[in-house]
Amino acid sequence: MKRTIFSNQLLPWLLLAPQLAITFIFFLWPAAQAIRQSFLREDAFGINTSFVGLANFEALWNSSQYLNSLKVTAIFAVSVTVLSMGAALLLAIAVDRMMKSTRPYTTLLVWPYAVAPAVAGILWWFIFNPTIGVLPYVMDRFGYDWNHVSNPGQAMTLVVIASAWKQISYNFLFFVAGLQAIPASMREAAAIDGAGPVRRFFDITLPLLSPTTFFLLVVNIVYSMFETFAVIDATTEGGPAQATNIMVYKVYFDGFVGQNIGSSAAQSVVLMLIVIALTVIQFRYVEKRVEY
Amino acid sequence: MIENRPGLNALAHLVLIIGVVVVALPVWVAFVASTHTATDFMSGTVPMWPGPHLVENYSRMLDAGVSTSGTPPVARMMFNSLVMALAIAIGKIAISILSAFAIVYFRFPLRGLAFWCIFVTLMLPVEVRIVPTFQVVAGLGLLNSYAGLSIPLIASATATFLFRQVFLTMPDELVEAARIDGAGPMKFFRDILLPLSRTNMAALFVILFIYGWNQYLWPLLVTTDSSYYTIVAGIKRMADAVDGLPQWHLVMATAVLAMIPPVAVVIGMQRLFVKGLVETEK
Repeated sequence: MKRTIFSNQLLPWLLLAPQLAITFIFFLWPAAQAIRQSFLREDAFGINTSFVGLANFEALWNSSQYLNSLKVTAIFAVSVTVLSMGAALLLAIAVDRMMKSTRPYTTLLVWPYAVAPAVAGILWWFIFNPTIGVLPYVMDRFGYDWNHVSNPGQAMTLVVIASAWKQISYNFLFFVAGLQAIPASMREAAAIDGAGPVRRFFDITLPLLSPTTFFLLVVNIVYSMFETFAVIDATTEGGPAQATNIMVYKVYFDGFVGQNIGSSAAQSVVLMLIVIALTVIQFRYVEKRVEY
Repeated sequence: MIENRPGLNALAHLVLIIGVVVVALPVWVAFVASTHTATDFMSGTVPMWPGPHLVENYSRMLDAGVSTSGTPPVARMMFNSLVMALAIAIGKIAISILSAFAIVYFRFPLRGLAFWCIFVTLMLPVEVRIVPTFQVVAGLGLLNSYAGLSIPLIASATATFLFRQVFLTMPDELVEAARIDGAGPMKFFRDILLPLSRTNMAALFVILFIYGWNQYLWPLLVTTDSSYYTIVAGIKRMADAVDGLPQWHLVMATAVLAMIPPVAVVIGMQRLFVKGLVETEK
């Protein structure tokens, strides 16, 4: 709170007007429409709409495809988060040991942040291409047959790797910052008491890193649930056999391709509730930090 | 360094080198592929070293593109991406700094409500309101226009929060001094706040430029006229070849071109980039 302020009454509204106008037209109004449409159902020609209460939500609950999408989203989000955070933590710990070469390594590791998720998807799709890709060629030498076009598990592996690859640099930067914030004296004290590097990592570094870890956990889950739309659309398009049809992709597919507005809107509302929950978690707990 | 353990240092270097190689692998493969011809892939083995067709492939994509996929020349798509990224970055910074100024330096009725309206946009990413937002933009006649590509994306709570945070840390004496000297709010904003927020604006610009350049879903929806395609959304249309296999060497050349501007920004302005990344997450 500022002690000294200006006393104008009209001016602040003029200053806020552009942001509020855009927020209202492109955020609040469409969100309200999504909520309204989730209670309506259109007939096949889109002429008549009728109020159907919670029928769209009930239909979702009874749809094996939607339940499958929930399961796929959970597996996908957890895999991407664990893979990218694990790899990033390993690299951050290695960089934290360096004295002189921190900067060149950092530069070589952060640039994938700038690669669009769609491009990341295309790159990995090419590498894993069953006919001309590098990795299937190598795997074939070891007698492993790779074809993500028909194998659901392999399709999931592909989108997880592509999504995690892009996110490593982000996690890496935050882990490095977190590690640097740990006072060296604590680790020195532990070393004098005879704790080896492994013991120091688990007893000192990891607990003191927990605020960063928790923050990144929320950010990565949000990333893998929402921003990976482009990875999926550029590669598997939800297939094969719904194996990579995450919730965000299904909203788009049912709404635009399937033209099932009611169901798509109901799915939007479910997603909104998830984002609200994640935002609340982030602001309630991350702000206060996991203190020691 | 707490103690000298050469073994661990060597291991750390090894981990980092493997990390750097794995991170660079897909881009290297794409770059190599973009310097060959289509027939080089059909021989059964994938080339791992650049071929002689670099200039030929890239100039063909920039000037002409792949006509069979219905995409315009890549130079055109890159221009569209640039316009969109700049409009989003500048637009977001402009409207956010104004609203943060209003929220921090004024007391007016319904101030709390205005703040909450901005706050809830955090909880409404495009992906969860795709269909109705598309309907709004279509209703306003903004499909296939730069305005339609950028305006719906320029409202952002993150940028407003960032500037609010910056303003809150500025000493109150600045306002007092300005008022004693007879400066009105807008003069104070222009002559004191703007210059003092310059590095924050630059850091935010780096993050927002990348954000805007890398947009995918939104341009895919609002552009049906190929002259408004952006490069990131255009690649996918190119990869979905109408007749048979995609022309991988040309798709990969486009992918490399799509990466160059944002990657150059991150590497060239690494310090601002890291600052922006850390600040926007507070």
